[in-house]
Amino acid sequence: MKLIFEKSIPGRGQDIFPACDVPVAMPEAPLRKAKAHLPEISENEMGRHYTALAKRAHGVNDGFYPLGSCTMKHNPRINEKMAALPGFTKLHPLQPAHTVQGANELIGELEKFLCEITGMAGVTFQPAAGAHGEFTGLLLIKAYHTDRGDTERNEIIVPDAAHGTNPASATMAGYKTIVIKSNENGTVDIDDLKAHLGPKTAGLMLTNPNTVGLFDPNIMEITRLVHEAGGLCYYDGANLNAVIGIVRPADIGFDVIHMNLHKTFSTPHGGGGPGSGPCAYKDFLAPFAPGLVCKDGKEYTRAEKSIGNMTGFYGNFLVMVKAYTYLLTIGKDVHTLAENAVLNANYMQEKLKDIYPIAFDTTCMHEFVIGLDPIYRKTHVSALDVAKALLDYGIHPPTIYFPLIVHEALMIEPTETETKETLDEAITAFREIYDRIFNAPESVQQAPQTTPVLRLDDTKAAREPHLRYDFD
Amino acid sequence: MIDLKELKYSRDDEWLRYEGDVAYVGITDYAQSELGDLVFVNLPEVDDEVVAGEPFGDVESVKAVADVISPVSGIVLEVNEDLLDDASLINSDPYGSWFIKVGNVSGEVELLTADEYDEYRG
Repeated sequence: MKLIFEKSIPGRGQDIFPACDVPVAMPEAPLRKAKAHLPEISENEMGRHYTALAKRAHGVNDGFYPLGSCTMKHNPRINEKMAALPGFTKLHPLQPAHTVQGANELIGELEKFLCEITGMAGVTFQPAAGAHGEFTGLLLIKAYHTDRGDTERNEIIVPDAAHGTNPASATMAGYKTIVIKSNENGTVDIDDLKAHLGPKTAGLMLTNPNTVGLFDPNIMEITRLVHEAGGLCYYDGANLNAVIGIVRPADIGFDVIHMNLHKTFSTPHGGGGPGSGPCAYKDFLAPFAPGLVCKDGKEYTRAEKSIGNMTGFYGNFLVMVKAYTYLLTIGKDVHTLAENAVLNANYMQEKLKDIYPIAFDTTCMHEFVIGLDPIYRKTHVSALDVAKALLDYGIHPPTIYFPLIVHEALMIEPTETETKETLDEAITAFREIYDRIFNAPESVQQAPQTTPVLRLDDTKAAREPHLRYDFD
Repeated sequence: MIDLKELKYSRDDEWLRYEGDVAYVGITDYAQSELGDLVFVNLPEVDDEVVAGEPFGDVESVKAVADVISPVSGIVLEVNEDLLDDASLINSDPYGSWFIKVGNVSGEVELLTADEYDEYRG
C-alpha cells in the first residue's frame, strides 16, 4: 500500500482552519523558513489510510498473542471507560490539592493494593515503564548504600537468563554488571552466586519465575546469601503475572521491586506506551523515594533523602486508573490470574512436549520455552521459520531467540485470558508446522504466505535502516 | 591464509593470534554462526586498556547483543574500523576479521588449542 506522503496532493487538505486573516506580528525571527513537510490529504482519505494500516496489524483483539515475557492478555474495556472519565482526563498536575482529592485517593488506594500484593511498604508511581522502574529501584539501592557510607559496593549480580534491561539498568545506575550462570535446571547456580558475592556486591536483580518460566526453588537461600554479603535484592516484576496473589516478593526476601502496570494490571501495550512501572520498596528504603509521597492521605511531601524526580509529577496517571479499575473488578480473586496463566502455559507445554523439545522439561509457571536446536540441526528449519509460519495461522509468534541460554528458543506465554478452544487451535497449528518441518521444510522456511507482506529482510532493515520519507 | 591450528581459543568463543608481540583478537566461526547476521559492532578506543576475561566490546545481530570478552590483558594498539562500517565481514570471514590488536600483553585467560576448541563446541 502507498505511504501517506505518496497519497499527498498539493492543495488538498482539511478545511478545519479558515485562511489566516490576522497580520503576522513578527515576520522574521521565529518563523520557519521552509514549509513543513506535511501530507496534504482529505479527512476521508486519511481515515481510510489509517484504517487500512490497522487492518494489517495484529493485536490481542485479532487473535492469539503468546509473546513470551510480554503478557499480552486481554485488557477489559471497563478500564478504558474509567480512564476516559472527564474527572480524570481533565486534571492538571498543578491544580490545587483540594480540587484533586479523588485522584489522590485513587493513587493512595492503588498504593495500598500494590503493597498488599507485593508485601512492600511503599510505592512510587513515577517510573514510566518497566526498565525505568528497574533504574529507579537501583538508584534506591545505591542511595541506601551511599547513605550508610558503604561506597565500595559497585557490582550488581544478574543471572545469564535475565531480561536484557537488567544489565542495562545497572549500567545506567553506574554499576558494573556481574553475570552468573544458570544451573542445569535453568535456575540460579548457587555455587556461582556464592563465588561472586562479596564486599563489592550492591545487589542482585532477579525475576522469579525467571525467563524460562521456572520458579527458583532456592529463592530463600539466594536472597539470604545476598543479604549476608551486605547486598539488597531487586525483584524484576516482569513475570509477576505468574505469582500475583500467591507469592509476595517481600516475603521471599526481596527489598525493592518494579511492576509493569501495563502488563500485569492490564493496559494495552506494545505500541509505544504510555506504560507505568511503579517501584515498590521496603520501609528502610522509604527515606530515599523519588518524587512526592503522600503518607497522611492528605498532603504530598518530598521524602527526607529523596533521590529526586524520575519524571515530572506523579507518573502516568491514567494507566494507574486502569490498574485500579482492574483490581477493583477482580477483587480478592486476584490469585486466579496467576492460577489460570500457569494452567494455560502447562496445558500447552503438555500438548506439545512429545514433539517439540522443551528447554527445561518440568512443570512451568506462566510461560515455557521450546529449544528448537536439535530439530534445527537436523532440518535447518529455525525458530524464526516456525515463528513466521505461525503468522499464516493468524497467531502472533512467540518471543524468539530469548532467553539467550536456550538455543533456537521459542518462548510461549499464553496468558490467563485465552480459552481452551484458542489454546487447542494454537496447539493444532504448532503440530501442523511440526509435520511440515519434516515433510515440506521449505514451506516453513518460506513462510508466511498469506500476510500483507511476506518474509521481511530483518538483516537489511538493521544494516540499512530507511526510516524517513525521501522528499524530492 | 590463516592456519586455524595456530590460533588459540577461549571458552567464550574468541580467537587469539600473535604476530610477534602483537595479539589479534576476533570471534570464532561458531560464535558468528550462533549469533546470525551481525549488524553492529562496538569497539574500544586505541590506547584503552583491556583485561583478560572482561568485555572490551560487543556485537549485535538480528537476534541478540553479545559481549566480546578479551582473552588477553594489554593496551589496544589498533581497532578494525572496517567492521564498524560493515559488520557482515565477521560473518563472511570470522578469522580474517580481527577486532583489535593488543600490545603490552601481560596475561591471558585459559585458552584452548584448535582441537580442544573443536571438541568443546563440536
